Amino acid sequence: MNSPATDARAAAAILLSIRQVAKSFGKLPVLRAISLHVDEGEFLTILGESGSGKTTLLRLIAGFEHADSGEIWMAGERLDPLPPYRRRVNTVFQSYALFPHLSVRDNVAYGLRVQKVAASDVEKRVDEALAMVKMTAFAASKPAKISGGQQQRVALARALVNRPRLLLLDEPLSALDANLRRQMQLELKSLQREVGISFVFVTHDQEEAMVMSDRIALLRNGSLEQVASPRDIYSRPATSYAAQFIGHTNLLRGRAEHGRARCHGLEFPTTAASGPAIFSLRPEHIRLADSAAGNDAVRFCASILTQSFHGATDLLQVECAEGLKLTVRVPSHGPLTGQHNFEFSAAHAIPVRDSEERT
Amino acid sequence: MFSRAYKAAITLPPLLWVAVFLLVPYALLLCYSFWTVSPAQTIIHHWNLGNYRELLRVHVYFETLLRSMWIAARVMLFALLLGYPLAYYLSFHAGARKDLLYQLVIIPLWVSYLVRAYAWKTILGSDGVLNTLLQYVHLTRHPVEFLLYSPFAVVLTLTHIYTPFAFLPIYASLEHIPRNLVEASHDLGASPLQTFWRVILPLSIPGVLAGATFAFVLSLGDFLAPLLLGGPSGIMISNIVVSLFGAAYNWPLGAAISLCMLLLVVGLLFLSERLEKKWSYS
Repeated sequence: MNSPATDARAAAAILLSIRQVAKSFGKLPVLRAISLHVDEGEFLTILGESGSGKTTLLRLIAGFEHADSGEIWMAGERLDPLPPYRRRVNTVFQSYALFPHLSVRDNVAYGLRVQKVAASDVEKRVDEALAMVKMTAFAASKPAKISGGQQQRVALARALVNRPRLLLLDEPLSALDANLRRQMQLELKSLQREVGISFVFVTHDQEEAMVMSDRIALLRNGSLEQVASPRDIYSRPATSYAAQFIGHTNLLRGRAEHGRARCHGLEFPTTAASGPAIFSLRPEHIRLADSAAGNDAVRFCASILTQSFHGATDLLQVECAEGLKLTVRVPSHGPLTGQHNFEFSAAHAIPVRDSEERT
Repeated sequence: MFSRAYKAAITLPPLLWVAVFLLVPYALLLCYSFWTVSPAQTIIHHWNLGNYRELLRVHVYFETLLRSMWIAARVMLFALLLGYPLAYYLSFHAGARKDLLYQLVIIPLWVSYLVRAYAWKTILGSDGVLNTLLQYVHLTRHPVEFLLYSPFAVVLTLTHIYTPFAFLPIYASLEHIPRNLVEASHDLGASPLQTFWRVILPLSIPGVLAGATFAFVLSLGDFLAPLLLGGPSGIMISNIVVSLFGAAYNWPLGAAISLCMLLLVVGLLFLSERLEKKWSYS
């Protein structure tokens, strides 16, 4: 994983460290030797499809599941042998899990009361927490009487009022409609900056992950595919799966020989080692060729199959000489038909590892 | 959507059933309670309140009712004390053995009530299993007599018989508690004990109320256990009703007691339902 040098540099800021954690349900491996760390004040998203093991990883951190092997450490303390109620970690559950028999206020006060915080402190901190999520007006309501978005806020206040070192969020926005969801994404992000608590956020929605995260840990079949900032993972995907899952891309399969790549009749310089190679080329990095081409531009001729309008951009499906089909995103344009010249910069064809080989 | 004939065809049989087997008998009961028996042992269809006056005048009826309620209250308490921990264990901690244990709790319900009542007679009698054992280990010299033919024997037997009835609704209510609420409680720092008092118990109250009602109402109206095991001191109100409708041949007075019991039970059911509503959140 990380080299010793980078480990030493980051050591001061690491809050949570997951070391070689593996977990199976019966014979089915769910997580395979995962190593991952979360920095102080970081917003880390665990992104993956359903069945990738992302929720299990979160439940291991919270203490609802026990790892078969490996260790979890938080701030110099080994976390994995502790029961959930001894961990300074709080969770926002997917379905909120608010106590139906308690008012909003009592839900938020729950953690402080069971930890025997003085009553006057409880009142003050609960008021602050409710104000923070703008739910003061609903303090006396039962959870069944408020909307999904409001329940979401209460669940957040109930967790944050305990001032955890780490907040775990299990797809907390998945039950909200699209508009509310986008609004909550931004609110959640700014709230996280405000309180300065590390967030571990689980989602299957790559767009959500991109908008909110400092770093994304992309999980696939129980293994980490790539851990990087949204920009890095988008612009330098490590694997073909990462390239396809984060944003849209064209995967070009071919061979690299002595610094030259050959894919379906396209030829361009590359840094990939010699042998079979896959390149990720984002649709927006292909453009209609003008007469004055740059030196490193790779040019090809293709016929346009379909054109769809997406507001600021048009999405084209094109077919090149050797039957290679590509998706191209160009600034909105009048109708395009027939043959056209396209080009892309060789630097934008990113060599990626083949995700299929490993499994 | 459906034709009138079709609607009539599916609603009429149950309505008829209710009419023939519930409304008519209750109406008859009501009528009888205002009639009297002549010295010649015939029913006189002459409307009066004599039977109800008799119930107020002769104290034994009220005393027996009180004793029945006291027995039923103890049965209810013991059934809850046994049924709740059992239901809790099954619902939260039994794991893979859950289905098997559930069946084991239910199986006694398939065994005839009489067999189970007689079984206690065999256990508690002066030559019974318990006394033989006590004498064998020299704890007692003579058979202990209070075991059988006493309110104690009735409470014990009824508790044995009605605990599954208390268990079932409690188990159902515990099974309905979303497990993520328990996880949320632990996550917020509550120990398992705190979680039980603050989350699990409050959310299982409707089941407890239903179970308590079952145990209390079923025991209150029981007549076989006191008949077989109660002796003179363990007589319950239903034994009086049985004898009034039988050997004593005073149907009108029996009907009056039955109606009072009916009103009491309906009142209890109503109260229990109100309370259950107040405590349910789904």
